[in-house]
Amino acid sequence: MTERKVTFMTAINEAMAQSMRKDESVILIGTDVAGGAEVDHLVQDDGRYDDAFGGVFGLSKGLVTEFGRRRVIDTPIAEHGYFSAAVGAAATGLRPIAELMFNDFVGFALDPILNQGAKMRYMFGGKAKIPLTVRTVHGAGAGAAAQHSQTLYGLFGAIPGVKVVVPSNPYDAKGLMLAAIEDDNLVVFSEDKMLYGIKGDVPEDYYTIEIGKANVVREGSDLTIVAIGKMVQVAQEVAERLNPDGVEVEVIDLRTIAPWDQETVIESVKKTGRLIVIDESNPHNNTATDIASVVADKAFDYLDGPIKTVCAPNTPVPFAANLEKAYIPDANKVLHVADEIIEDLKKSHTM
Amino acid sequence: MDQQTALWIYQKMNEIRFFEVEVHHIFGKGLIPGFVHLYAGEEAVATGVMALLDDEDYITSTHRGHGHAIAKGCDIKGMMAEIMGKKDGLGGGKGGSMHVADIDRGMLGANGIVGGGFGLAAGAALTIKTLGQSHVAVCFFGDGASNEGTFHEGLNLASILDLPVIFVCENNQFGEGTPFRYASASETVAERAPAYNMPGVRVDGMDVEAVYEATEKAIKRAKAGEGPTLIECDTYRHFGHFEGDEQKYKTDQDPNRDRDPITEFREKATKNKWMTSEQADEIESNAKKTVEDAVAFAEASPLPDESTLYTDIFA
Repeated sequence: MTERKVTFMTAINEAMAQSMRKDESVILIGTDVAGGAEVDHLVQDDGRYDDAFGGVFGLSKGLVTEFGRRRVIDTPIAEHGYFSAAVGAAATGLRPIAELMFNDFVGFALDPILNQGAKMRYMFGGKAKIPLTVRTVHGAGAGAAAQHSQTLYGLFGAIPGVKVVVPSNPYDAKGLMLAAIEDDNLVVFSEDKMLYGIKGDVPEDYYTIEIGKANVVREGSDLTIVAIGKMVQVAQEVAERLNPDGVEVEVIDLRTIAPWDQETVIESVKKTGRLIVIDESNPHNNTATDIASVVADKAFDYLDGPIKTVCAPNTPVPFAANLEKAYIPDANKVLHVADEIIEDLKKSHTM
Repeated sequence: MDQQTALWIYQKMNEIRFFEVEVHHIFGKGLIPGFVHLYAGEEAVATGVMALLDDEDYITSTHRGHGHAIAKGCDIKGMMAEIMGKKDGLGGGKGGSMHVADIDRGMLGANGIVGGGFGLAAGAALTIKTLGQSHVAVCFFGDGASNEGTFHEGLNLASILDLPVIFVCENNQFGEGTPFRYASASETVAERAPAYNMPGVRVDGMDVEAVYEATEKAIKRAKAGEGPTLIECDTYRHFGHFEGDEQKYKTDQDPNRDRDPITEFREKATKNKWMTSEQADEIESNAKKTVEDAVAFAEASPLPDESTLYTDIFA
């Protein structure tokens, strides 16, 4: 396996291309996933197409050139219409990847996911398969304000019949995307836009990462930090900063938020006795509160202190740069919020 | 229309009518949980369209979906059991009246969401087109759904992609309890079709032959790769929006109020020598028997095992 570094975006693009090469039934559908439909000067001499956008972030660049407009389908800006079509196509033999440009637009795309795609198999007594991957984008930090920056994967994760994966690095992004496309169910693949430019080792080969399995990215014995997506970096920084004090932090990259890996999290808490969950969602009714409630229920006797959740505040995402920075959880906030258990830990180490 | 088609249509019309009248009765006896929305009065639409489809063609249906399911060939026993919430129902008793489906028969489900089918049918048509198949998808929807935003999105998308889909509006004059003439800015649904660059025709939805002929043209167009068609069928529902509806909104002047598509078709079919009176009588008694057998089957079917609460969520 050759070592090479590619960006988070390239990793996802490569996963889509490899799955489309492997399986004719995989299509990509969404607003401007290519761009420039029926614009003559974007048609090359050999009949292949150039894209105008290749996705609003340029993530799907080149796919229309390789796979053509039959399989890389630009839609009108009509999220309900094309999400509903993606569900109908998935129920009848295609394996669509449907892009919701920003997760904030979910209001217009929700019924096909909530009431159709997620429920058909159950309502029809197990006689339907909906192999649909919903690619979407979440996260604050780009100055995109209240309607283009939210973190809403927890909203999808609350729907029975929907799986939700949130990759934290390029390697995971590729493997989880390939697994999502292979999966015979509706999988929401939620990408943090602030991770798009980060680089990491990504094998050229086709590989999948198991959906529903968390990844212990750093082992430790004193404190468990469960983090989602971009917040894994924050957890790693916290672990580094506590290390000189002799506090050994175990960092768990959740990878999948629905269904989340209870076994790995609970095993870790049984070992460390302490838990912090970092989730950029607004603070209530989210993945972090769900993890806290399950751990309190199933591992209460192993806890040596309160479970702490570190989330965005209960506000919309602000625009001004200083306000937005104050909104996003970072290592200082984690250390501040968790002060109580950290102090407790430090004391136990100095005794 | 040939003789064989006419006999099939008359059989399905009667199966639907007996089925719905029976559901009306047993709902009154408290044997059916939840809500039911009956199709009686609109039989000419489902049968006129479905006479031209086969198992490989897809349909999306509505909350008033029993007629579509029967005409598409769903098992009537399995349907009745499903509506009664029994183990042997098409969905194992987990869907009920508003979610009757049989994917193997191309029936992509009744749908509890008004306007939920436009995009699903377009998606099935996208599969057909992408895989180079020669089938069609039909989206049944009510006049009520025509005012949902999804109508616009579905028709526009299907048209720009030239998808082999037919949008069949069952205009039964009322969206729940609100008259269509109040709820729609346009006088008809069909007249909106040119805005989406597709043919829009309005036909007598109490006349099977009119529905059949319009569908025949639409299928031909779809299979030639020329894209979708909108067919508006002017019809009427004999029962209320749901069972228990007092129907205070109905008036003596309602269009089609005093018409029965089954009686009309029997007259036409016997007059045109598509069917003899004896054949018609026999079909009626067979349909009645089919529905009676279905009720007996459904009543005898056990409740679903409680363990099935947790199954069929993921493949």
